[in-house]
Amino acid sequence: MKIAGTFVSKGMAGSRLRSEGMAIFHRTLTVLAALAGLFIGGPAWAEDAAKPVVGMAKPWEMGLQTAATPIMRQITEFHTYVTIIITCIALFVLGLLVYVMVRFNEKRNPEPSRTSHNTTIEVIWTVVPIFILVAIAIPSFRLLFAQYDFPKADINLTATGNQWYWSYDYPDEGISFDSILVQDADLKPGQPRLLTVNNPVVVPVNANVIVGLKSNDVIHDWAVPSFGVKLDAVPGRLQKTWFRAEKEGMFYGECSELCGRNHAFMPIAVHVVSQKEYDAWVAKQKAAQLDTKGKVAAVEKK
Amino acid sequence: MAQTAQAEAAHHDDRPHGLRRWLFSTNHKDIGTMYLIFALVAGVIGGLLSMGMRAELMEPGLQIFSNPEMFNVFITAHGLIMVFFMVMPSTMGGFGNWMVPLMIGAPDMAFPRMNNISFWLLVMAFTLLVTSLFMPGASGTTGAGPGWTVYAPLSTIGMPGIAMDFALLSLHLAGASSILGAINFITTIFNMRAPGMTLHKMPLFVWAVLVTAFLLLLALPVLAGAVTMLLTDRNFGTAFFDSAHGGDPLLWQHLFWFFGHPEVYILIVPGFGIVSQIVSTFSRKPIFGYLGMAYAMVAIGVIGFVVWAHHMYAAGISVNTQAYFVFATMVIAVPTGIKIFSWIATMWGGSIRFDTPMLWAIGFIFLFTVGGVTGVVLSNAGVDRSLHDTYYVVAHFHYTMSIGAVFSIFAAWYYWSPKMWGYMYSETLGKLHFWLMFIGANLTFFPQHFLGLAGMPRRYADYPDVYAGWNMVSSIGSYIGFAGVLVFLYMIANTFARKQKAAANPWGAGATTLEWTLPSPPPFHTYDTLPRIK
Repeated sequence: MKIAGTFVSKGMAGSRLRSEGMAIFHRTLTVLAALAGLFIGGPAWAEDAAKPVVGMAKPWEMGLQTAATPIMRQITEFHTYVTIIITCIALFVLGLLVYVMVRFNEKRNPEPSRTSHNTTIEVIWTVVPIFILVAIAIPSFRLLFAQYDFPKADINLTATGNQWYWSYDYPDEGISFDSILVQDADLKPGQPRLLTVNNPVVVPVNANVIVGLKSNDVIHDWAVPSFGVKLDAVPGRLQKTWFRAEKEGMFYGECSELCGRNHAFMPIAVHVVSQKEYDAWVAKQKAAQLDTKGKVAAVEKK
Repeated sequence: MAQTAQAEAAHHDDRPHGLRRWLFSTNHKDIGTMYLIFALVAGVIGGLLSMGMRAELMEPGLQIFSNPEMFNVFITAHGLIMVFFMVMPSTMGGFGNWMVPLMIGAPDMAFPRMNNISFWLLVMAFTLLVTSLFMPGASGTTGAGPGWTVYAPLSTIGMPGIAMDFALLSLHLAGASSILGAINFITTIFNMRAPGMTLHKMPLFVWAVLVTAFLLLLALPVLAGAVTMLLTDRNFGTAFFDSAHGGDPLLWQHLFWFFGHPEVYILIVPGFGIVSQIVSTFSRKPIFGYLGMAYAMVAIGVIGFVVWAHHMYAAGISVNTQAYFVFATMVIAVPTGIKIFSWIATMWGGSIRFDTPMLWAIGFIFLFTVGGVTGVVLSNAGVDRSLHDTYYVVAHFHYTMSIGAVFSIFAAWYYWSPKMWGYMYSETLGKLHFWLMFIGANLTFFPQHFLGLAGMPRRYADYPDVYAGWNMVSSIGSYIGFAGVLVFLYMIANTFARKQKAAANPWGAGATTLEWTLPSPPPFHTYDTLPRIK
């Protein structure tokens, strides 16, 4: 957790600046906001790309969280594309509204026209939106099917939702543990409130992680925004999603399906590390689990 | 004896008094008035609940709800009250009851006694829901808190207390009330139009009510079935939604959203009709593309039944299912676009007056456009992966069917209140009300897009500190909006205090529908002789 602390203190100061060309648009819904984003994001390029990152939103964030997986990058690109289109449409409608209010008010136009039909214009405003929708639908389907294009697993992971914490199993390694929110009073400096857990998930960088989702009680939802992953954990079902983190760092998410009293208090933390660190972590976990299992077995024998 | 009764009736304008007039009412105008008063009360309660939520969310940490489950109870009650007891009773029950018979030249609704029971069932339903707030719900908490979507198994094993049963029975009664109301509207509109009032001559508000009534008639029985299954799961050992015993939690979601998606159109389609009337009246022009407008509503209603699972992209439905629902959902944008552009085309070339109802109508068009385009974003399952269950969704649906619907309700109130009560409201107060609500609504909900994009999940009593900034802005916006509601309440009192008489048609040449041919307020019984429409 100490490592996470250093990530946060660095990340808070500088990670908002880590954006690429189109990222300026990602943060916006309006052109005005885009300009604001450009202003804030100015010195972005100076950031050291090699530093581990903190996968969480920044204060006054206006866009999607910075992508850490290829899928999230694709989501971000698509979102930018659609946002530009809808912003243009909304501004077009707003422009028309302002124009008719100014041009056709009682003072400037005392005699109203009686026009109530114009087939040409009606056909245009039916057909043009269809073309716009087709232009949205094509990349949309590409993105959707990419999300369900499961790669060969490097790591298998099972996340089980409980009221109100997550349990994780690495079936191939025989590791399992609970991941519980660290209370505000126990936070170390730099650890983000309501996101920090006692045992984060650990996965190696650039590995295909298949996440199986289960639930022991009600429906929960395992979501990590910077990975572009969000899937319900439904009791009685095993559902799967996947991600391939391309950056090392601590990535945070939160339960995203109302699950009762402490819905807001069962965060998800994924620690993406180098393969070497991951191997060391696995070895340590295995030893620890053997230890506990050995002890339990000893007790049972008596 | 008969003579005395007759004389008395004539003397009293043939209207019963006191309890007999209101409790046993069979008069569409009185029932409409009761619906409006009811919606006003429910709206204030629902609004106060949202003030509690925004006050909690103004800053990170738990300040008001030391028990976060209580916050869940608030969001649940806020959603259910606003949907079932504020918007539906005001648009359909209130303005529908008042105006549909007047606009089609009918003396009253087809089934006046059923109209009465529709209203009083709703009062019972509301009583059950409010009572549920004080009953045991989740362990250690009063009130049911599974959200208005009532997802199983949170609504079964997650809510052991009786509060959940109260809330479900409340939904049952509210549903029965709406089904009866829908039957009444459909029968009235199909059978009681004045001579010459063909379907294609009906005002668009009547079209909107007709479409909505069909949505109610087809969607609410599904909710009734689903709620019954949930009640038997909870109380009689069935397992429709329990995977451990052969059921499936996703079955609830499919049933709920098969009702729930048409439901959001039930909330907004009457608003389309209201805005059409107002835009036409205050532009002094007939509505542009009348047939297109009417059938766009029909199309929205029909397509609204085949898009439900776009609420379930994150639930684990198969990728091909998602692809279908992406496609179907996008199609709705086309008739919706037709409506937006036709409103603007109606104003184009018009001679527009900016009285209060028109401000609300234009405000509605703007809000609905913003909410509509974010709906296009959300229709894409691929990007909904990031936005599902975040504040982006909250912003989207408040812009459309919540604040959008509320703007249409206020528009209707200012437009028709001179007709209904016979008194003009104060333009100054009306405009103050509008600007407070317009600024408040945008300040509340626009920043929620940012919160959602940044990943803040909805239905959270507390959130990571990074989301503090926009939450503060949003809360301040909601206070401004609520100040608007207070102005509205004062405006009503002011209207009745100053008693400025309204003309039969206060809006001039643009108001061409039948209700403006009647005196303000209209007599207790109208159209003793049916009007003839050329």
